[in-house]
Amino acid sequence: MYLGKVIGRVVCTVKDEGLHARTMLLVRRLPNGPAVVAIDAVGAGAGETVYVCRGREAAFAFKPQEVPTEATVVAIVDRIEREGDQL
Amino acid sequence: MIIARVVGNIVATQKEQTHEGKKILLVQPLDLDNQPAGDVFVALDAVGAGVGDRVLAVQEGFSAMTSVGHVESPIDAAVIGVIDLVELA
Repeated sequence: MYLGKVIGRVVCTVKDEGLHARTMLLVRRLPNGPAVVAIDAVGAGAGETVYVCRGREAAFAFKPQEVPTEATVVAIVDRIEREGDQL
Repeated sequence: MIIARVVGNIVATQKEQTHEGKKILLVQPLDLDNQPAGDVFVALDAVGAGVGDRVLAVQEGFSAMTSVGHVESPIDAAVIGVIDLVELA
């Protein structure tokens, strides 16, 4: 998994039926990574820090439904405690 | 598997149910001189590791899910050992 910041969302009218009614979030990998499109599993929104599961495992968040995703937002981060201080 | 150091704890109230009750760690891959090498990532803890520990980590789904005890769950990385010693020949 990796940390990301939700910077927007993507809307597609024409899409695989497995993506129906799923929220597609635009997530920037922290600190300075690329922006990827990830399916939301936890109700995340713009501006929130999240972490993203990638690969085949990303689809398991929606089982038994088969969702064709390679990246899923699986948690909203409240805070990060690093070496005594908080980020 | 890779050698890495735990550099942080992540607190997340709202998360996927298979992540409930697990420690969520921020992990920095290390080179053989114990210097940071590559991007930090998020891993679930399977062994009771803590901040500052040098650990054995996996970044592949099957091994991560198995170590944490949730098969077919959205987990792609885990900490599966706390390293006592690395001996170079």
